Amino acid sequence: MLPKIPIGYWVDLLVRWATDNLTPLFNAIVLVIDSIVSTFGFILMTPPAWIIIILSLPLVWFLAGRKTAIGTALGLLLIYDLGIWEPSMNTLAMVISATIVALITGIPLGIWTARSDTVHKVVMPILDFMQTMPPFVYLIPAVFFFDIGTVPGLVATVVFAMPPAIRLTGLGIRQVPVELVEAAEAFGSTPAQKLVKVQLPVAMPTIMAGVNQCIMLSLSMVVIAAMIGAGGLGSEVLRGIQRLDVPTGFEGGLAIVIIAIILDRITQSFTT
Amino acid sequence: MSKIIVENLVKIFGDHPARALKMLQEGKSKEEILKTTKHTVGVYNVSFQVEAGETFVLMGLSGSGKSTLLRCLNRLIEPTSGRVLIDGEDITGMDENKLREIRRKKLGMVFQRFALFPHRTVVDNVAYGLEIQGINKEERLEKARRVLEVVGLKEWENSMPNQLSGGMQQRVGLARALASDPDILLMDEAFSALDPLIRKGMQDELLALQASLNKTIIFVTHDLDEALKIGDRIALMKDGAIIQIGTPEEILTNPANEYVEKFVEDVDISKVLTAEGVMKKPDVVATTKDGPRTALRRMKENGISSIFVLSRDRQLVGLVMAEDALQAIEEHKETLEDIIIRDTPRVAPETPLTDLIPMVAGARYPIAVVDEQNFLKGIIVRGSVLAGMVRKGENKQGAA
Repeated sequence: MLPKIPIGYWVDLLVRWATDNLTPLFNAIVLVIDSIVSTFGFILMTPPAWIIIILSLPLVWFLAGRKTAIGTALGLLLIYDLGIWEPSMNTLAMVISATIVALITGIPLGIWTARSDTVHKVVMPILDFMQTMPPFVYLIPAVFFFDIGTVPGLVATVVFAMPPAIRLTGLGIRQVPVELVEAAEAFGSTPAQKLVKVQLPVAMPTIMAGVNQCIMLSLSMVVIAAMIGAGGLGSEVLRGIQRLDVPTGFEGGLAIVIIAIILDRITQSFTT
Repeated sequence: MSKIIVENLVKIFGDHPARALKMLQEGKSKEEILKTTKHTVGVYNVSFQVEAGETFVLMGLSGSGKSTLLRCLNRLIEPTSGRVLIDGEDITGMDENKLREIRRKKLGMVFQRFALFPHRTVVDNVAYGLEIQGINKEERLEKARRVLEVVGLKEWENSMPNQLSGGMQQRVGLARALASDPDILLMDEAFSALDPLIRKGMQDELLALQASLNKTIIFVTHDLDEALKIGDRIALMKDGAIIQIGTPEEILTNPANEYVEKFVEDVDISKVLTAEGVMKKPDVVATTKDGPRTALRRMKENGISSIFVLSRDRQLVGLVMAEDALQAIEEHKETLEDIIIRDTPRVAPETPLTDLIPMVAGARYPIAVVDEQNFLKGIIVRGSVLAGMVRKGENKQGAA
């Protein structure tokens, strides 16, 4: 008989060591994420629903055009009508927060992978690992490190949503035609000028595709994160499953779809 | 001091060029080095100098190392060994900041596929070099507009590059390179992506621009006609090495080896050869103080039937025919004054052979080649034109 290699045990040891020794770091993470998500939660949930719906019109019109703006207002109105406005705004606040954190860490990492072949070789397999690992698995260490609630849910979401931002940023920059990079260098650009004035703008459509992916993954993970008490629409769906309550489950799911479509349309308008 | 001096430049592609470099210094061939070290020699021990205001063409087929060599001059590609001096400063040993300064101030570059920044308007493309130098918006846009005017694209300044045709895009590329007023232009197959008619127009435009701007231009091309048309001198490259450097005429009439000959054999030589290339040296001349007897004696000694007459300060006055001299002697005249034919045809040294042929065919007298100061540089008779044209043919047979 082959002796079982105790991989699970090792990981468990690692997780325990981290909980014992990295508490200050985790506290800092909690502080940052908590303040971001509370800010967005406050913005979205303090005013009455009709103000948000009316304000969404000009904002989305400006960002993505008339059609999307009208669609957004109608979708939000439906959510309000279903009586799940609060959990929906909660979810939206979490998605926005998770996306911001994922992009703030993911885009610089992507730039780094584009500039260094060594970093590229190290980071890519890690991304493959992160993307194929079932999302539920992230919830376990998140609970260990951060207890239950919104913050661990968001940490798991950030980890899950970051890979496409890293990948597509790196890809976009690597795909900038060699001659353009040569031109930037030949006229005496500093590396920073080359990045900001040539590589990032030329790579922007690809990077925006990464941002779009990142938002979509955030949304799906935020729902799953309800399992560890993150709240929002995920809790509605979860309650629907637990009580075999079809109306609650379906209405929660529908609200998720509406939010997904709104976010997708807005970010896609940046891609092209 | 030459504007650009390249000394023993070597570029070896690969992770560990040291061993390959050592083999190269031992005189091993490119193939041997590739076989034993798996390293490719891109530029093989190249040396040349370019004078200020000169248009120097690097010519060769694809893979001959010409573009690599060009990129070694501004270190877009890092040379493995050797030196590149620009205005006496060694580029190869420079730190990043110094190199950037040289690139900003002294080197403009034009690319084969234009390499315009697609997200910037035409005028912002042209102003790019100034922008990264930190020049304020107003000043850089004004400069960029002025350069755009020079290349004839002023009204397109707010267009995006993809709205322009290929020829226009490359004019923007040229304007971008000229905007920071560099001394040196590096042009990498600048016109190769354009269709033939537009390419010809751009060549003419470049020549016209160069006549007024007087830049030092390094021009890479695989097109021999283009090289002959644009280049003051041409360096012919093969397998990373320079095989021959010379003026277009030298390359055509005196190819260094069979490879060069193969390269040049289809060229219409009459378009490239000039009066200077086919003229005879004016060894035998008379001066205005000579009498008819002296003039006639010189003609007899050299077996010619006419002689050019120069003034005391060596300027060309005219021509004296043998029979007129004879008559003057019979009439006891003391000077050539009365028998000088003053309206003999004169051409400049750079007149192409195509223009000379009809002149020679219809001429009763030999043609004088004179410079701007009216000094006699050479003489063209019917024979010398023919000789110039067949000289290349003979060389070819000799080599075959």
